[in-house]
Amino acid sequence: MTTEIVIFTVLFLLVSGVGFVAARWRRADDLASLNEWGLGGRSFGSWITWFLVGGDLYTAYTFVAVPALLFGAGAMGFFAVPYTVVVYPLVMLVLIRLWSVSHVHGLVTPADFVRARFGSPTLALLVAITGIVATMPYIALQLVGIEAVLKTMGVTGDLPLIIAFAILAAYTYQSGLRAPALIAFVKDSLIYVVILAAIIYIPAKLGGWETILAQAQAKFEATPSPGDGILLNANNQIQYVTLALGSALALFLYPHSVTGVLASRDRNVIKRNMSALPAYSFLLGMIALLGYMAIAAGVTPIGKDSNTVVPLLFDKMFPDWFAGVAFAAVGIGALVPAAIMSIAAANLFTRNIYREYLRRDATDAQEARVSKITSLVVKVGAVLCILLIDPQFSIDLQLIGGVIILQTLPAVALGLFTRWFHRAGLIAGWIAGMGAGLWMLYNISSPTHAHFAGSGFPLEQLGLDTKVTVYAGFLALIVNLVVAVLGTLLARALKAADGPDATRPDDYTADRDDPRVHEREISGSA
Amino acid sequence: MTTPRTDRSRWYWLLLIPVAIPLATPLFNAVEPSVFGIPLFYWLQLAFIVLGVTTTTVVYRMTRRGR
Repeated sequence: MTTEIVIFTVLFLLVSGVGFVAARWRRADDLASLNEWGLGGRSFGSWITWFLVGGDLYTAYTFVAVPALLFGAGAMGFFAVPYTVVVYPLVMLVLIRLWSVSHVHGLVTPADFVRARFGSPTLALLVAITGIVATMPYIALQLVGIEAVLKTMGVTGDLPLIIAFAILAAYTYQSGLRAPALIAFVKDSLIYVVILAAIIYIPAKLGGWETILAQAQAKFEATPSPGDGILLNANNQIQYVTLALGSALALFLYPHSVTGVLASRDRNVIKRNMSALPAYSFLLGMIALLGYMAIAAGVTPIGKDSNTVVPLLFDKMFPDWFAGVAFAAVGIGALVPAAIMSIAAANLFTRNIYREYLRRDATDAQEARVSKITSLVVKVGAVLCILLIDPQFSIDLQLIGGVIILQTLPAVALGLFTRWFHRAGLIAGWIAGMGAGLWMLYNISSPTHAHFAGSGFPLEQLGLDTKVTVYAGFLALIVNLVVAVLGTLLARALKAADGPDATRPDDYTADRDDPRVHEREISGSA
Repeated sequence: MTTPRTDRSRWYWLLLIPVAIPLATPLFNAVEPSVFGIPLFYWLQLAFIVLGVTTTTVVYRMTRRGR
């Protein structure tokens, strides 16, 4: 136990040191602008982007929660694999267009784009608020990852968590996006080592995959729940598919994913990463199967917290020193996304609320200062969330987050391809999708939870005679799109005033060597 | 309204393959044939990662600019 804690602490502190040094890395003349502090100078090449975006999307919470899902429900939890396979081909075109238009116009957030494209501060505000609300619980959940590890090591009390986050807040404040970019190298290397060791060493000790799967099957057959098992059944297949697709569509709408993408140097870096990032999906698939190994190893979660199964499995199977390394990998794995998410949320606040509504003539330096302070506020909020409210509440909120961020798809993703939608239609669609999504989530119940018990909405509730469940976010997006189309037709029929489009068609295909992009890099202002 | 640069290329249609196939769960929701004791459902979905990587790499190479 002591060995574990010592190794965990040493690695954690080492990485924190790296975070502070990052401010000097690829040093800019002046960190006092959002381009530098919030986007690392928009200069990251393929390797850095791979580590940064990988560390950003495949979070500690994912690494803890996905195997926990397989441990609890079986095949359904494996949706994370197709989800992270289909996402890259799905978004390749979307992201390179977003990159181009953002570079030509100096945009920092997805809401900035909506503002420029549809000329509607209201729609931009809705997108910004959606982004902030969806990101906050996500940051809080990174703490759940650290907490699961601390619990397993027998560390109790709130102080260690607070210290960990205070260190994180300090170096993010100082170094901006450069900190998580540099730490991501360490984090990913650790995770790769740990997982490779786990998938070779643990199955051998447990008697092979066949035994592991047989024990998982035996566990699911013994439960009364009809939805679990090592394969999908007739009722949850559609949910599996819609959840994978819906999550894939949502992933790059999250402000922190956009931050990682906009920080890259040119379009080729993004395209190349669309083929390189799936390496993490392979890792995630392996990690997911740890859930079954935990069943075979006879792990019982601490309390009712199924997020502790993977740390407990490591604790049980690995020698102490290596378990310490594994725990550090999870703990550090929480820091990278938490830092990027808080930067992204802070940028949204600065650009789309502060600058739009509070101080229109803000300078670059003022923007950077407001963002830095907001990033601190966001983290304090996340810590309070975990300490004061039941962590289950954060998990519920994160579930809601995925559903609501999807509602920005018509404005952000479709907006990159077409200006057909009317701003009024998009606002109406957002409201309808949001309402439908929340209503559905509220009405999902389980034996233990009356509301918000998951994201699989039973179609039975709509009066249909079926046991089929569908991902609530997906249904809400359909409602959103239908309303947005009807609203656009109606607004056109009524000749309602549409907002001006500040972008030109060729803005969406500009690359680094484009003179307009170059101009932007030199002037650096928005 | 032609611009010198465009995101239109037939190669991009290839991207639909690694989106559609991994989502066709009825095709592989089975235990056999298993590999090293890992059911089809799991190993095949891991294999789809290779499909995704291959397709995106081909599309990247064929649509690359400035050669």
